[in-house]
Amino acid sequence: MYKSDRITQWVSHIVLTILAAGSIIPFIILLSSSLSDEASILKEGYSFFPKEVSLAAYEYLLNNSSSILRAYGITVFVTVFGTFVSLAMTSFLAYGLSRRDLPFKNIFAFLVFFTLLFNGGLVPTYLVYTQVFDIKNTIWALIVPGLLMNGFNVLLMRTFFMTSIPEPVIESARMDGAGEFRTFFSIILPLSLPILATIGLLQTIIYWNDWFNGLVYITEPSLFSIQNILNRMLSDIQFLATSNLGSNTSTAAAQVPTTAVRMAIAVIGILPILIAYPFFQKYLVKGIALGSVKG
Amino acid sequence: MSEVTVKKLEAGVQVVPAKKVNSRRIRLKRALPLFIMMMPGLVYLLVNNYLPMFGLIIAFKDINYAKGILASDWIGFKNFEYLFSTRDAFVITRNTILYNGGFIILNTILAIAVAIMLNEIKNKLAKSFYQSVILLPFLISMVIVSYLGFAFLSEDVGYLNKTILPMLGLDGISWYNEAKYWPYILTFINMWKGVGFLCVIYLAAIIGIDQEYYEAATLDGANKWQQIIHITIPSIMPVIIMMTLLGIGRIFYSDFGLFYQVPMNSGAIYDTTNVIDTYVYRGLMQLGDIGMSAAAGLYQSIVGFVLVLLSNYLVRRKSKDNALF
Repeated sequence: MYKSDRITQWVSHIVLTILAAGSIIPFIILLSSSLSDEASILKEGYSFFPKEVSLAAYEYLLNNSSSILRAYGITVFVTVFGTFVSLAMTSFLAYGLSRRDLPFKNIFAFLVFFTLLFNGGLVPTYLVYTQVFDIKNTIWALIVPGLLMNGFNVLLMRTFFMTSIPEPVIESARMDGAGEFRTFFSIILPLSLPILATIGLLQTIIYWNDWFNGLVYITEPSLFSIQNILNRMLSDIQFLATSNLGSNTSTAAAQVPTTAVRMAIAVIGILPILIAYPFFQKYLVKGIALGSVKG
Repeated sequence: MSEVTVKKLEAGVQVVPAKKVNSRRIRLKRALPLFIMMMPGLVYLLVNNYLPMFGLIIAFKDINYAKGILASDWIGFKNFEYLFSTRDAFVITRNTILYNGGFIILNTILAIAVAIMLNEIKNKLAKSFYQSVILLPFLISMVIVSYLGFAFLSEDVGYLNKTILPMLGLDGISWYNEAKYWPYILTFINMWKGVGFLCVIYLAAIIGIDQEYYEAATLDGANKWQQIIHITIPSIMPVIIMMTLLGIGRIFYSDFGLFYQVPMNSGAIYDTTNVIDTYVYRGLMQLGDIGMSAAAGLYQSIVGFVLVLLSNYLVRRKSKDNALF
């Protein structure tokens, strides 16, 4: 028995080490290539270790840093603002639905729930946002369509309110003369930090990583998020140099170390997440498990 | 009047004297702050979800921007006739179902295997390390994944063509132009990105299993493999069934980024990379074929809806608690 235990340990460690390596290896190639000399990449291809270390790719990005910084600024704004509004809207709606004495409660709950079952899809959504609300090429296009709130999170939060906040707490707040808003902000919210943190974290990741809204609704490069810049540079490596955003227009296209720059920009795109990951990893795991329980 | 309200009335919570006749209005008035709170969310659902649902009628119209959407001519099922007379309809339906079906099966098997192994690891630090690293690809956007894919698959400088294939004595392959390799590439990338997430869910289920079962089994001389087959798998079966049925309910919807970004929108390989979502997107944004695109979108919405209802019905028969509704 002891022996069988040892074997299981070993097998698990070996297999998991291989899988973990498999998860990381692509990132190592990315990093190594971004630090490689352009000529050596062209000769040897992308590889695990830079044959000749060169920072040319990063220098090039530094010369064009104004557009990258701008894109970062847009991403940060969209992420912070979007997540904040999203949490507010979601928790307001979820709190209303969680109240057993809400009139027409079932109708409202159904309206939220039905959005999980059926949706109009891209074409009508696109037409609504562009024709009715004229959202194209505005910052709102990166925040509002599809991402701001979803029925799943509302129901998740409603379940939390209903199961974790005892009704007498709300009752006694009212007895003490607190209005609905006061009750919500001073009693409900402080008791709901775990679920707020979970949904807030998932929303943050969703906003940070979103490129779809930019692809569909934004054609103006000055409104590109960092993901949109990445997206654009995958197909058009000269994008930074040719778009009117580039600060250094004198960078001749021929000098651009394109193959290395491609990887360097991707590194810049991932870096913030990789740095933050160890700090939020625990909450992320909890959040995923929580979502599945009530999924 | 609900029981709860009655209780509150009895408790004298309500300041206004409780006359039965106008109690409903009192409730509404008192609920006004709640309605105000709920308003932004409800308005958002109206704009983001319900208006587009009504917008689905455009699938039955010949869209003409000059006339406006509502004023465009009705053409009945013409858009659908066009759509289903092309080979595209078959290809995108086949690809969507086969890919997503394959993803459900393979990801589930691998995720459960990984979760079981993670659960075996005694060293807490190692366990948390493995889990974090395997979950890492989940955090990366599909655009970044396409860069990673490009590092391996680029024809001129990719790791496969420049390092792996020469090592095996093989010629380079023009990956972005050869349709036949993409079912494997996309399946692999999907697993790479998605297994960590699914694994967290299954690991949570495994941790929830009562340890006494394992102790009893050990006393009876069952080895690890037997314990996995006879205790672990049956115990997490409800979760497996639920996750699988949820997957089937969404089988008509694909990960747009995986099928659009990762193959770099390469036309030569549409045969194995085009799914309903990419078809709808290209019709709308690149080809300007809005009618066909809307028809494909409605087709997806309706079949998707039926599948969700069906899979929920199946979950419900198995276990009411796990059903969505």
